[in-house]
Parts: sequence; C-alpha cells; structure tokens
Amino acid sequence: MSAAGEQLGGRAILDPALAPPFPVAALAVLRDPQLRKNVAHAIDVIQGKRARLVAEKPDWQALRAAASWIKDEALRNLGLYLEEFEARCTAAGGVVHWAADAAEARRIILDLLREEKASEVIKIKTMTSAEIQLNPFLEAAGIGVYETDLAEIILQLGEGEPSHIVVPALHVNRSQVREIFARRMGIRDLPDDPQALTAAARQYLRGKFLRVPTAISGANFLIAETGSVAVVESEGNGRMCLTLPRTLITLAGIEKVLPRFQDLEVMLQVLARSATGERMNPYTSLWSGVTAGDGPERFHVVLLDNGRTGILARERERQTLRCIRCAACMNACPVYRQTGGHAYGSVYPGPIGAILTPQLEQLRHSQSLPYASSLCGACFEVCPVKINIPEVLIDLRAQVTDRQRRRAGRFFDPLYLGLRAANLIFARAWLFHGAQWMGRMGLRLFTRKDGWIHALPGVGGKWTETRDLRGLPQQTFHEWWAARKTGTEGTREQGNKRAEAK
Amino acid sequence: MRASLFITCYNDTLFPETGRAVVTLLERLGVELEFHPRQTCCGQMHANTGFRGEAFSLAKRLIRMYGDAEAVVIPSSSCVAMMRDQYRGLVEELGDERLRRELDALLPRVYELSEFLIDRLGVEDVGAYFPHRVTYHASCHGLRALNLGDRPLRLLAKVRGLELAPLKNLDRCCGFGGTFAVKNGEVSSAMLTAKLADVLATGSEYCTALDNSCLMHLGGAMHRQFAGMKTIHMAEILASTTPMEALG
Repeated sequence: MSAAGEQLGGRAILDPALAPPFPVAALAVLRDPQLRKNVAHAIDVIQGKRARLVAEKPDWQALRAAASWIKDEALRNLGLYLEEFEARCTAAGGVVHWAADAAEARRIILDLLREEKASEVIKIKTMTSAEIQLNPFLEAAGIGVYETDLAEIILQLGEGEPSHIVVPALHVNRSQVREIFARRMGIRDLPDDPQALTAAARQYLRGKFLRVPTAISGANFLIAETGSVAVVESEGNGRMCLTLPRTLITLAGIEKVLPRFQDLEVMLQVLARSATGERMNPYTSLWSGVTAGDGPERFHVVLLDNGRTGILARERERQTLRCIRCAACMNACPVYRQTGGHAYGSVYPGPIGAILTPQLEQLRHSQSLPYASSLCGACFEVCPVKINIPEVLIDLRAQVTDRQRRRAGRFFDPLYLGLRAANLIFARAWLFHGAQWMGRMGLRLFTRKDGWIHALPGVGGKWTETRDLRGLPQQTFHEWWAARKTGTEGTREQGNKRAEAK
Repeated sequence: MRASLFITCYNDTLFPETGRAVVTLLERLGVELEFHPRQTCCGQMHANTGFRGEAFSLAKRLIRMYGDAEAVVIPSSSCVAMMRDQYRGLVEELGDERLRRELDALLPRVYELSEFLIDRLGVEDVGAYFPHRVTYHASCHGLRALNLGDRPLRLLAKVRGLELAPLKNLDRCCGFGGTFAVKNGEVSSAMLTAKLADVLATGSEYCTALDNSCLMHLGGAMHRQFAGMKTIHMAEILASTTPMEALG
C-alpha cells in the first residue's frame, strides 16, 4: 500500500457498485488533517488563479451563455452530429466504433489491441477509460498498461486512485510523490524538489514513448464538421502519446461532440480559465483521421454511450451532459473542500460527480450522492456551461425518494417518517400549532438549566453531536401575535404615529 | 403601505424574537402588517429532501393563502428562494394552469426582508441603534439565489453605533443545508468548523445574517464551544433603538 493509500485507510474504492455511502466514505478523509490540508491548499491555488483570469474577461457571462448554448444545440441534435462526425472521421482515414455500454467498449478496445498484437499500451487523458474500468480489464488480459500523464503515473505507481478530474493526484503531496518514485523506479537518493521529480518521470516516460507502439487517449472535444478530435493538456506527454505510436485508439463519451470547428473558440477559452486558471492551456492537440508520414498510421475512435442517452432523454437532467470536465465545480464546492474526491466513490467526484454518477448508474448505486451537497449553489455560479447542479441534485433526490416510497424499509427510516408526518402537520394550522406545543413539552425533557439542549436521541443526535440547540421558546410568534392583537392593540397605533411624526 | 408577514415555520417555532423584531421595525417605518393565522411552511425542507409531492401540496396552500396580499415579507432568504426557484417547477410538473397564473401574480409581490426595505420601501436608514461589533454572514440563498448583493451591508452601514467587521471567505457555505446537517452530519460539522474559524476571527460580539437557519447552525457551535460571540438575526439589529443589555 502506498503512502497516499495508507492515508485513506486503504485504497479508495471508485466503483459505484462497491463504494460505501458518501457519509461513511467521507469519514476516513475527515479524520485525516494532512489530506484535508493538501486538498484545501491545492484548490485554493487553482481557485485563486481562476478568479483572477475570469475577472479579466468582461464578456465572461456572455462566454458562459455561448458555451452552454453550443453544448445544448449539440445535445439536441446529438444523433445528427455524431453521424456527421463518423462520416468525416471515416473519410479522413479513421475508424469509428460504437459502444452501448462499458463491457462493449472494453471488448472493442481489447479486440483492437489483439489485432495489433499489442502486449503493452500507453494512455493519456482518459477519465472515460476509468469510468469503464479499462485498466484492470486489460491487465487481466495480459496487456501492460502505462499511464503517461504525470499525475496518473503517480497514482498508477503508488496504487492510488484519482481524487479530482483535472488534478487527479491533488491529494498526494510532494514528499509522497518522492517516496513513490524512489520505490517504484528504483532510484535511491531521489530528492523531493519538483525538478528532480519531473526528471525522474521524464526518464521513466521516454522509455515507454519510444518502445510502445499503441496508445489510448481520451478526447476533450469531437468536431462533427471536420471529424477532428481535440485533446488539451499541460505537460506535452499527451502530445507524445498522440503522435509517436503507430496506432491510436481514442475513447470518447458521445456527449463530447461539438457541431463546428469554430465552437472551439468559445470552448477553449472557458475550459482553460475554469480548469487550471490559465488563459490558454499549454498544449492543444487537434487531428483529423490519419495523415501519411505524420503521426499514427491507424486511428480508431470508440464512441461510448454507457447511460448517456438515458440522461439525454430527461429534460431537466440533460444539462448534465454539457459538462466539459473543467472541475471548477469541485474547486468551488465547500463539501469537496472537506472530503476530497474519494468519498464520492466514482471517477467523477465533486458536484458534477454527485449528479453524473447516479445518472450513469441509473440510480442502482450512488443513491447517497445527490444528498452530498448543502445546495449552496457555488458550483452553478462557476460552471462555464451553466449546469444548474443544485436543480439536478434536487431532482435526483426526488427520484431516490420515489424509489424509497415503494420499499417497506421506509417505515423504519426516521427521516422518511418525519418528513411524511411533517407534511400532514403543515397542511393544517391547528395540527402545526399542536405539534409545536408537543415539541416544546417533549424537548423540555432535554433542555438544560441554561436553556439549551446539549444531547438528543435518534436523528436529533446527529445535530447535537457537534452543535447545541436552543430550547424552544415559551411562546411561538403566532401566539405572541394573537395575544398582542387582543390585548395590546395600542402598540401598533403608537408605532405608526411615531413613524408619521418622523 | 400594507404587507403580510410570512414568518416561516422555523422562525415561528424557534425564533419568535425575529418575528417580533420584524413587527417593531416595519411598524416603525409605517407599514401596516397583517399576519395570516393559518400559515405554516413553504415546503422547502420537503422539496430539498426529494419529497416533491409533499412540497407541492404546501406550495399550493401558500400560493392560495397569499393571493390577495399587497406584499409578502419573509425574514428568511432560503424560503424566498424556495418560492422563486422551485415553485414554478413544482406547479408546472404537478399543478394546473390556474395555479401557475396565481403564482406568476404572487411572485413579484414576495420580498425577503432586506429587499422589502430597500426595493419596496426605499429606505436604507431604518433609524436603528446597535452599538456593537458585528460581522455579517451572507447565507448562500441570499447571496446566490436572491442576489441580495450589498443590500444587507447598506442597511447595516446606516445603523448607528454599529461597527461592521468584514468576514473572510464570505461566500463559503456554513454547512447547514437543511437535512444535509443530519444526513451528512460529519461533513456538515467539518464545514461548520471551517466557517466558524473565519467568523470568530473577526472578533465580533455578534454574527448576523438574514437566515436563522445558518445562525442556528453557527450559534449551536458557538454555544457548544463557549465562544465569546452570539448570533442575531438582522431584523433584531434593525429593530433595535436602545443599547442592548450586555450580550443579553
């Protein structure tokens, strides 16, 4: 187990089918001050840069509106644009494959690798491959898989899991990186300064780049108009991965398609600023099919659905597919700030993960994720494609509740029963007033001499674990109002007169 | 000027002093207040926990109840946000066309307290006196759903004797989030701890806000930790005209 893994009390589980519920998974991180410090420090740096660069764009809100409009238009005509992409990409010498789910995508990729007689493969910028759990599948089939993004190398060598979608090793600090590199690369006396660590990674990578003739990449955008694929990155390792091998396989979710080449003008501006707080990302690779004598000779695109058309079919949730994976939402999220990414039990953490994962899983798993938010709205405020994440969270909560209504276990859930009862009570004022009286009587048992409640049983105990609760006042507001109306009508007259006199 | 006070269920039950302060404040400004005796809850807790049908029944009740009101004043940003952001979706999904029209007619007359004072009454100086060091916590709903902007700060700036202490990370949530505070109690508490550190660092006597829900959260932790600070709804500051008893 790696240092980072030890910090988490074992390797984090990012499989929604196996991951514990969010509140449980969060506990390990909440009890780890170093990890929380790493996370808060890293996102403070990115957020600060982002805020400065967004502030320098007077047309930022117009850019957001344009970006969200472009994605909406693409999604409304998704079938059309995907077929256009397929036609153009094929005409340019690429081969397009369609995968309905994770298993099909894995099989297509394995078949392609077998055709190539590949025993090794290098990878870059593909979160989608983690979504379909490609690495363990390929390794089980006897294929050596090497990540080439610096953060992904750290995680692969350290047997850790990504905790952020732009900075996957955000939770690992420099001395932990040094330890992983020294151990796995067999370098004794490796210092922990960034230059030495980068040099070690470069040494490790060059060998792979020059030896392995097959690569798998993700895609930031697919362009329907030209059949092109775009990958943006900071390190240049992606550029190596995309140009050196003989065969390149790109795995992309179907929502990645943009109608026109010109749409990149808007998307690249909002993506770089939102993701890393840069005006422009250092490397933007764009290619269409294959070009003789330049780059890969064989190029495949695997278009992955894996639950996306189900999201597309729902009007309010459809906006989820606008996501361009910039991570601005998790950087802004006060929940993510405390828990980091692993608690979300999915390769997609943070607010976007809280809405995307349950939908990709069709709510069979990850039912706790829609509740992993205080609905503060910071994510919506920063989202460059204007995904109203709180709105979708609330909608998913309604879907979870609707499922719960059909289960007998609901009668043992105090929150469920409490909310149902509250609804009946709030429907009639006399019942509400009766419940207030009963609450006052009941809570009096727990109220101390200072007028405060320090401990409550049951669900209330979740509150009093860390917070006190003031005991209920002797008189509700409506009782005060009624008494005042009958007894002290003069008060209001006086008040009015005083205001008039002024 | 007549206005109907929707006090909200938790203010009625837990924070009647806020309601009394709203009455004192608005009557001092010449507003004739009404109080609908059958009012209960806006349905926010149900909607945000996923009980859409239950939230709808409460929304319908409230829309009908305030159909005739000249203006509705609500001393809670999150309840106003519930009406503005969620009622339409609920009514469109579950309601009828008539209810939607009633909602459209009602919403322009619904005000959060600071909106009512500044936008409707046109006052910033409400004649308040509160000689204390105070920090203002911007609740998420007031900040992002209602876009209250600097309204609360403009009101506080005109309070005589009040020394306003700026709060770091003003836009960060305190971690309350309704049922989130119990469903994700540990995460909520971690957020609260971070927020409280910023609040206490202001060295204020009071932390104020336009939502008693955030204040109940912050105040509960202050009390637990024997912190030398109290919470107070802004209505009570604006209603105050005489020096309060020391931290009374």
